[in-house]
Amino acid sequence: MTITADAIVIGAGIHGCSTALHLAMRGLKPIVIEKDYAGKHASGVNAGGVRQLARHFAEVPLSVASMELWERIEDLVGDDCGFTSEGQVLVAETEAELESFRARVDELRTTGFTHEELIDHAELKKLVPAVSDSCPGGVVSRRDGAANPFRATQAFRRKAILLGAKVVEGVTVTALTRQGGAWRVSTTAGIFEAPVVVNAAGAWAGRIAAMLGEPVPLEVIAPMLMITSRMPHFIRPVVILRGRKLSFKQFDNGTVLIGGGHLGRADPETNYTELDWTKLSESARTVWDLFPVMRQATIVRAWAGIEARMPDDIPVIGPSSSSEGVYHQFGFSAHGFQLGPGVGALMAELITTGSTNLPIAPFSIMRFSK
Amino acid sequence: MSGSTVLENSYELAIIGAGPAGLAAGAMAAKAGLTTIVLDENPAPGGQIYRAVKTTPVRREDILGADYWHGRELVQEFESSGAQLVSGATVWSVSRALELGVSYGGRTHLINARRIILATGALERPFPIPGWTLPGVMTAGGAQTLLKTSGLVPSGRVVLAGTGPLLWLLAAQILRAGGDITAILDTTPRENYVRALRQLPSFLISPYFAKGLRLLTEVRRKTRVISGITKLEAHGQDKLTDVLFAAGNQPATRMSADLLLLHQGVVPNINLTMSIGIAHRWDELQLCWIPVLDRYGNSSVPGIAIAGDGAGIGGALAAAERGRLAAYAAVKALKPEALSHLPSEQLLFQALSKAEAGRAFLDTLYQPPQRFRVPVDDATLVCRCEEVTAGQIRETVALGCEGPNQLKSFLRCGMGACQGRLCGLTVTEMIAAERRVSPEHVGYYRLRPPVKPIPLAEIAAMPQPESALKAVVRG
Repeated sequence: MTITADAIVIGAGIHGCSTALHLAMRGLKPIVIEKDYAGKHASGVNAGGVRQLARHFAEVPLSVASMELWERIEDLVGDDCGFTSEGQVLVAETEAELESFRARVDELRTTGFTHEELIDHAELKKLVPAVSDSCPGGVVSRRDGAANPFRATQAFRRKAILLGAKVVEGVTVTALTRQGGAWRVSTTAGIFEAPVVVNAAGAWAGRIAAMLGEPVPLEVIAPMLMITSRMPHFIRPVVILRGRKLSFKQFDNGTVLIGGGHLGRADPETNYTELDWTKLSESARTVWDLFPVMRQATIVRAWAGIEARMPDDIPVIGPSSSSEGVYHQFGFSAHGFQLGPGVGALMAELITTGSTNLPIAPFSIMRFSK
Repeated sequence: MSGSTVLENSYELAIIGAGPAGLAAGAMAAKAGLTTIVLDENPAPGGQIYRAVKTTPVRREDILGADYWHGRELVQEFESSGAQLVSGATVWSVSRALELGVSYGGRTHLINARRIILATGALERPFPIPGWTLPGVMTAGGAQTLLKTSGLVPSGRVVLAGTGPLLWLLAAQILRAGGDITAILDTTPRENYVRALRQLPSFLISPYFAKGLRLLTEVRRKTRVISGITKLEAHGQDKLTDVLFAAGNQPATRMSADLLLLHQGVVPNINLTMSIGIAHRWDELQLCWIPVLDRYGNSSVPGIAIAGDGAGIGGALAAAERGRLAAYAAVKALKPEALSHLPSEQLLFQALSKAEAGRAFLDTLYQPPQRFRVPVDDATLVCRCEEVTAGQIRETVALGCEGPNQLKSFLRCGMGACQGRLCGLTVTEMIAAERRVSPEHVGYYRLRPPVKPIPLAEIAAMPQPESALKAVVRG
């Protein structure tokens, strides 16, 4: 038996679920096909940063639009997703770094974006008293914050279903064929058919693209995170670095999450990831230098998610270059969580109206065939 | 603890755990000439069963019993073998590339091995009853550890509750050491006796039969035993004051108590094996996860074998035999010319099957009842670290949470420092019961290293590869 729908979304990460939700809000009946369960991979196990700060310039408009959705996330999905807005701070470790941040903030302002604010040492110590005295300043994005990634992904999934979407989990796509103006999606649970297919398959999106004869240079990566036992509260904003890799956040329960993009190894066939302790040791040393209070911390757990990275570290968003009715939404290169709500809305706009208000040309899949 | 042993960067064989399996494996491998290291968390060899066998202050040999002192021979055999024992070493990570992360002497060491034998043994099955987290309630295994290491005999009104050989052994040891036991509340379901009868013939020839019978008779002569317990609760404000219990369909009775020792069997300690991604199966008889192994103990990950109770509960004698078999397989793989110095494979398998005789009888007789594995009362804590109750778990499963990993994300259940050791089995069985599917289908927490907490300072001070050192000099 063939199951038909208005659109088939492949992948129930936050992007797939958000696109399904926004399609349903526009009156379509989408089906999301997920090989594991919603939020099992990058969407559910990332650091949960909701960040406009320090983004690639091409991503800034999307990130700012997404932020507006985060700020009314409970209205959108019926759950606060654990979102809190304590700001995010990019710390400069040297004067030279601070100068480069100043140039960036100035350039952003000339294009009309004011969410990034350069701060001096005194303001930095006010926002992040625990930071090492040697840091000369940084940049703050005050509306930024963090959310619970798994809970958020589940909330998008639930709301999409509530509005008429279907989510089938534990089902893997095996082939895509075009038949009389519709896409036939063969899976381990039978055939699905729809005029529209959205490839939001994260680390596995390269396979879907290859099935369409549209190969992309997607690298499967496994960004690692560590978490400590509970500590007395000492920091409110999320802190990130650019020179050395770090993202750093303390939860309400006192545990501290240490991330920043050091990579382990992933096997997308088996979903297995292996941690690289030499690199986690680098993270630990960065934390040691930046936050003296952390020298007493105990690491209780470490893990890695499986994610897709593009060679230029920005995602693929937009229509397929070769297959009519197919849209891509992947390759967020370990910073796609915050973009989920906004890019889902944008995809639904693109699919139903044929265009978007925000510029998406930089994310075209065509850029890899030039 | 300050380390006094020098750790090399690589060994032919690394064994984790110095209980019967690890000691026997280490002795055999070293005799065959493999460079062998045994890493053990405790201050002295012996594991749980032979804990402190060289150092215990309990000098009267009858108190801990002949089976305990048997451990001395294993330790002696090990010590004369040339294997290196590192006590006080915590292995917190094992990778598929056979690299071990070891915390020892306040430092982290990364050690490579050509083969690894995991002999990390068993831990006590969770016993989630109302009040099980009150001060004054502890596990029988915990009490036995205190007895072995420090000669501490429980005092006051002591109640033992549960089922399984260790419960009876501890009762006998307490009594022999001059302690008093107010009552033993036996939770063994009556129907287990009938079901176990079928397994009786093989048990009659097992080494455990005569000893077990003597032990039961000894304890029953000196202590009040109440059988067929169907309800068990620990009560008290800040600490235990009463135990509420009922036998069969009888009304509940209250008993004053200062100490309640709980036990309902032991299960493989799978934290390390799960964190490596080794394949496991749910065992319907032992009601726990058991790694999938071939007959030598080789796991689904090439180069890693598992021996001892971590490979499925078999007891101390079977553990040693499994250790020898795993060592034999390691020698066969790495240094086949040395096999002639070892007992034949056939002899080793014979010894194992002798040691395992009668296990099915014990497993059937002492299979703990569902009501004490899956809490009936919604207020009962399941995850002690994050204080998650049975009721919260049931609600979350009803909302559509299908497995332990989603439960972690929803409730933080299993995310505390114990890494699920105290709640993992309960959570699997609860979700299975609520969803009416098998535990095998539900699965277990996805575990990650470090399997034991490790100071950030140690990770930060880890030895760096040369490329990283150069980067530091440049910076």
